[in-house]
Amino acid sequence: MTEVHLTGRPASPGLAIGPVTLLTAAVADRSAVGDPTQEASALQAAIKAAAADITGLIATVQGEAVDILEFQVAMLEDDALAEGAYDAISAGIAADHAWRSALDAEISGYRDATDEYFRARAADLADIRDRVLAHLSGTDTARIFGDSIVAGEDISPTIFLAADWTRGGAIALAAGSPSSHVAMLARARGAPMVVGLGPLSWNGHPPSLALVDGDAGTVIFDPEPETRRLFEHRMLAANAARAVADAGRAGPACTADGRRIAVLLNIAAPEDLTGLDPAICDGIGLVRTEFLFEASHGLPDEDAQYAVYRRILDWAEGRPVTIRTLDAGGDKPIAGLTIDGERNPFLGLRGIRLSLARPEVFRVQLRALCRAAVHGTLKVMLPMVAVPSELDGAGGMLDAEFAALKAKGIACARPPLGIMVEVPAAALRAEDFAAAFYSIGSNDLTQYTMAAARDIGAVADLNDTGNPAVLALIAQTVEAGRKRGVEVSLCGDAAADTRLTTALLATGLTTLSVSPIAVARLKAAIAKVDA
Amino acid sequence: MHDVNAGRAAEAFATLTASAVLVNPVGLHARPSVKLTQSAKGFAARIEFALAADGPWTDAKSPVKVMRVKAPQGATLHFRVTGPDGEAALAAMLALVRDGFGEA
Repeated sequence: MTEVHLTGRPASPGLAIGPVTLLTAAVADRSAVGDPTQEASALQAAIKAAAADITGLIATVQGEAVDILEFQVAMLEDDALAEGAYDAISAGIAADHAWRSALDAEISGYRDATDEYFRARAADLADIRDRVLAHLSGTDTARIFGDSIVAGEDISPTIFLAADWTRGGAIALAAGSPSSHVAMLARARGAPMVVGLGPLSWNGHPPSLALVDGDAGTVIFDPEPETRRLFEHRMLAANAARAVADAGRAGPACTADGRRIAVLLNIAAPEDLTGLDPAICDGIGLVRTEFLFEASHGLPDEDAQYAVYRRILDWAEGRPVTIRTLDAGGDKPIAGLTIDGERNPFLGLRGIRLSLARPEVFRVQLRALCRAAVHGTLKVMLPMVAVPSELDGAGGMLDAEFAALKAKGIACARPPLGIMVEVPAAALRAEDFAAAFYSIGSNDLTQYTMAAARDIGAVADLNDTGNPAVLALIAQTVEAGRKRGVEVSLCGDAAADTRLTTALLATGLTTLSVSPIAVARLKAAIAKVDA
Repeated sequence: MHDVNAGRAAEAFATLTASAVLVNPVGLHARPSVKLTQSAKGFAARIEFALAADGPWTDAKSPVKVMRVKAPQGATLHFRVTGPDGEAALAAMLALVRDGFGEA
């Protein structure tokens, strides 16, 4: 068999080699099919075993994942789910076919829902369906191992969470997106991931081994011995480089010509900081707060938000922490808050626009932030700002909430308010904004400048932060910050792309913010930059 | 509630009804459905709900059936309860809904 080269898009960096686990819904046909009584008890046993699997998994996860899994168990334990399947079995249909059609009917009911939240539950039911099918056929397709290359159409966060990724392994997907939750989880856990490979068809010969290059976004299935040897050679070199970089992770970042560069962390939840030494960074450059809203399946109250913000500030031990106010909308819908079915959500009511449109939600977050601000060096930044009046409006609300808390005698402080620079209009006129700081969101700035989406494979080449037009907007923002005497940082994915480090620092940037996994690599790349 | 003879059919008890508005942001979704059914299963009474006062009625002890209703935020949930512990069951259901399942 000849090796198969596929090119997709990098979603999580690193190199991996391993046996392939196919994550397909197509479960091997069962060899023996019994009479209706045997088939019914086979289905019953498979459902029981699937519920037991998930129950076992619950003990190993936290937060939102627990709710998702408990929901799946409740559905499996409900006889109503399999009713249709048992009816079909008594009419002589095999258990696997009966179960699949019953669940497919249930799933299509969810897919047709008008509510985005209910539509999204289709994935949970597909999860349940496949787990039971796997038990029926005796194969173990629903379970993946952290040391294998998981290949498939897409992967759900729950399946990802079930594997131990500390043992190596990687993910290769036909579809998927670098901005999906699984991609974020993969980056946080250091599992290489490539998405958008296009249809994976094996013509009846599934691959046994794969090489995944999460830096370049390529996957090679069933490599020739020579290809494999070269790849292993690269892996060794990369591992050695990482070991060196890890050793230098705790020190401050300096370029070869002696410029001190501040390296901050991007995090999505306090859990991302578990086991991390604050000394590896100069602070936290971006706390995404969307996860807080998703995890609560709604709008978290002030105390819940305050507790999370405070935990992050406590961890930072006085280092600056920049928390971004809710950036919902676009590719981050939040049930009950964002608008369903906007024709072009990336150009719609998202970020600060949504917050200003829903002041009752925004004010709760501002109050929680004012209360947390007394526990460290907190800065607050607004996403998707396009015109100065948005910053002014938010500033007025922050002042009002701060004053109201103070009047009640509640401990609070007014944190400095800055803006994300991710809309070209804000980059071009950055000095018009009375912002306490600028933080360049390179992902959106790139896609809005190049008019090319991150998650559309056909235009992925155009979505390039290294394009001179994007770099010019970054340089212009840095210059505006210099003139106004305020800090400028960059917190998009480009900060972690070490191929861009020289170009980014050439714009005059002195602060970069990346996910914890990328800190060592970035510091090593910075050390090589000379003038 | 003077008759607690467990051998008697639920139909021997008066049917109690009441309604409450769904306040939690995304409606009767996964977590509230699980909470509702778990609480309902703790009672002997037959507990059903509907989006209209005249049904169609859904078994509140079945998460699969509860999820099929896809009740949105702002919907009025009408409850119909029959059984020896019907009053307590109805009170528990209403409290859960009004409290937004602890997440409003």
